[in-house]
Amino acid sequence: MSAGAKDRTSVIERSHAALQDDFLRAAVRFTTDRLKDRKHGATEELGRWEEWRERGREIRAHTVSHLDYYLRRFVDNARAAGAEIHFASDAQEASAAVLGVVHAKQAQLVAKSKSMVSEEIHINRRLEEQNVRVVETDLGEYIIQLANEMPSHIIIPAIHKTREQIKDLFTRDGGQNLGTDTKALVTFARRKLRETFLTADIGMTGCNFGVAESGSVVLFTNEGNADMVSALPKTHIVVMGMERVLPTFADLEVMANLLPRSATGQKVITYMSVITGPRRAQERCGPEELHIVILDNGRSSQLGDDEFRDVLHCIRCGACLNVCPVYRHIGGHAYGSVYPGPIGAVLTPLLLQGEEFADLPNASSLCGACYEACPVKIPLHDMLVALRRRAAGGPRTKRAERAAWRGYALAFAKPGRYRLVTRMARLAQTPLQHDGYIESTWGPLMGWTNSRHAPALAPESFRDRFSRMKQDVRTIKSDPQ
Amino acid sequence: MWMKVALFATCLVDNFYPHVAESMVRILNHCGVEVEFPEAQTCCGQPAFNSGYQEQARVVGRTLLDAFGNYEYVVSPSGSCTGMIHHYYPYLFDSNPGLAGHARELVTKTYEFSQFLVNILGVTDLGAQFAHTVTYHPSCHGSRLLGVKQEPLELLARVRDLNLVELPHAQDCCGFGGAFAVKMSEISTAMATEKADWVTETGAEVLVGTDMGCLMNIGGRMRHMGRPVRVMHLAELLLEGMEQGSGVRG
Repeated sequence: MSAGAKDRTSVIERSHAALQDDFLRAAVRFTTDRLKDRKHGATEELGRWEEWRERGREIRAHTVSHLDYYLRRFVDNARAAGAEIHFASDAQEASAAVLGVVHAKQAQLVAKSKSMVSEEIHINRRLEEQNVRVVETDLGEYIIQLANEMPSHIIIPAIHKTREQIKDLFTRDGGQNLGTDTKALVTFARRKLRETFLTADIGMTGCNFGVAESGSVVLFTNEGNADMVSALPKTHIVVMGMERVLPTFADLEVMANLLPRSATGQKVITYMSVITGPRRAQERCGPEELHIVILDNGRSSQLGDDEFRDVLHCIRCGACLNVCPVYRHIGGHAYGSVYPGPIGAVLTPLLLQGEEFADLPNASSLCGACYEACPVKIPLHDMLVALRRRAAGGPRTKRAERAAWRGYALAFAKPGRYRLVTRMARLAQTPLQHDGYIESTWGPLMGWTNSRHAPALAPESFRDRFSRMKQDVRTIKSDPQ
Repeated sequence: MWMKVALFATCLVDNFYPHVAESMVRILNHCGVEVEFPEAQTCCGQPAFNSGYQEQARVVGRTLLDAFGNYEYVVSPSGSCTGMIHHYYPYLFDSNPGLAGHARELVTKTYEFSQFLVNILGVTDLGAQFAHTVTYHPSCHGSRLLGVKQEPLELLARVRDLNLVELPHAQDCCGFGGAFAVKMSEISTAMATEKADWVTETGAEVLVGTDMGCLMNIGGRMRHMGRPVRVMHLAELLLEGMEQGSGVRG
């Protein structure tokens, strides 16, 4: 977890820090703009994108509403193929399952490929506590691990890092005279990571999709590191969220069209690995053992919640982050948990009860760009409102806020009261206004007036003016043109 | 052609920008439409609804159900408030069998101003002339929740001598978001600042839109930054253009 979360800061405090960091903001703007443009190009080229989205939504909705059936099928088929299944109801149980395998194998080094669910259970910290070395092998994750930070984007974990900062991290890690040239940096990382692939005792991955009809684990990467991690070490541990299941390979085809296009604007993912059980007798590579840890960690309570069930449709593409104007300005760490952006603002308060996450649903202007970008049409903006509703009037809301909305309802529920209150406000503002604007920067609206001029109430409301307006309705014979 | 519509002015326009509603009345009159203003209306309830205070939103939103029950059409200067009715009223009044039907009916007859002109009246050319450089900010709720994307542009395209310049990153939210602007002031200001920078970059003399909330935010930010730009609701721009052009004479 970030230092911020430990300090119990609010999203307001965390975003204040982010907003002072021009490097971070420039880096996030640059990359999200590029991803957005590329996504636009890739979806235009495919054509009928809205139909693809609807198909994606249908597949996820069908699967999630029959999750017990498809998960059982996935488990049965994976076991039949030789995988060992571990069910974990929370992060602690999942870590215990992983550590159980690590201890049984007396493993010293674990090579990981990028996985949000492993971030969710903080497995790296658990392994390091047991003196087991963990190396992230996705380039972005590797950078973040060297910096001792959390990923700040679901797909581009080091989105907030500049080339200069990466050079410094690599140099500290043993690179000599590294410049900021991409080739030099990548060559350094490649050399380090290859050592890891070849010497790791255990490979650990997430799971983009589990195909129920075959019990296969499907992994998407652009660097091919998941292939290395899952094929070279003797033991492969998969950690998967229990909702990651798809019924068939035909469904996978739809997701293989939606995910890379939405994530990075690629037509096709560079490496897609389908892993069905451990190495068989006649096969020359692959692990001797395959362990699949299936994690609940709050997912079953979302499954039972009509308002939030759809959040389980998420395929972790990050498209909502790339279009979010709030994410654009504050980056990922300000969200304070492993899932940033609009999906994080919904998911985090559902998964974690901490006070430091309570304000996340307020960190949105409800512009709806996230819903528009989502390849499986999760109504994130509606969910943010629903989360606010659940918090409203509760112990974490300010007394002044509750009073303000009570006052609003009282004054605006009856037209007579509304007229009286707005007339009184018109009188009250007289000493504060100048040239049609309120000049005071004091009071409950100073969040507005500190950075924006506020208009004064008009001398006369429209309803008062309307009663004197004479309408000159033009008679038009047929068409008003 | 002659018809009568009810104007849903919205609380913001009623109190802060009455000239916007007045411009709408003049334009609708010009198109052969008589406008009534049912006084029972106050506010759609969106500020409370979006803050999570749904009970408060319900009692306020009810004023609209009372006000507009007897009309065939309701027209509003705000894509956001119209979007509130369309997107959330069926849900908000769902638990009250006496009001659920009224709420659903209100959805079918409530239109945002440009939507009503273009899609219901079939009017795009108002004979307006406006010799200025203009840029257009598409508000999020109007364009995304309500799906009004082309209508304002079609109306602007028919204004003579108007030089419309595209606003870069136009679809990005300006940071208004109702209570968000006050509650998350610093994030909201960062968003408004970027929007203001793009408006400045266009070199436009006039920023036009279809939601006074967003325009109040962008205009207020630009004024605070010492870069005032003329901010106009689409209805104001069209009426001023009609007075310049042949529209009102026609």
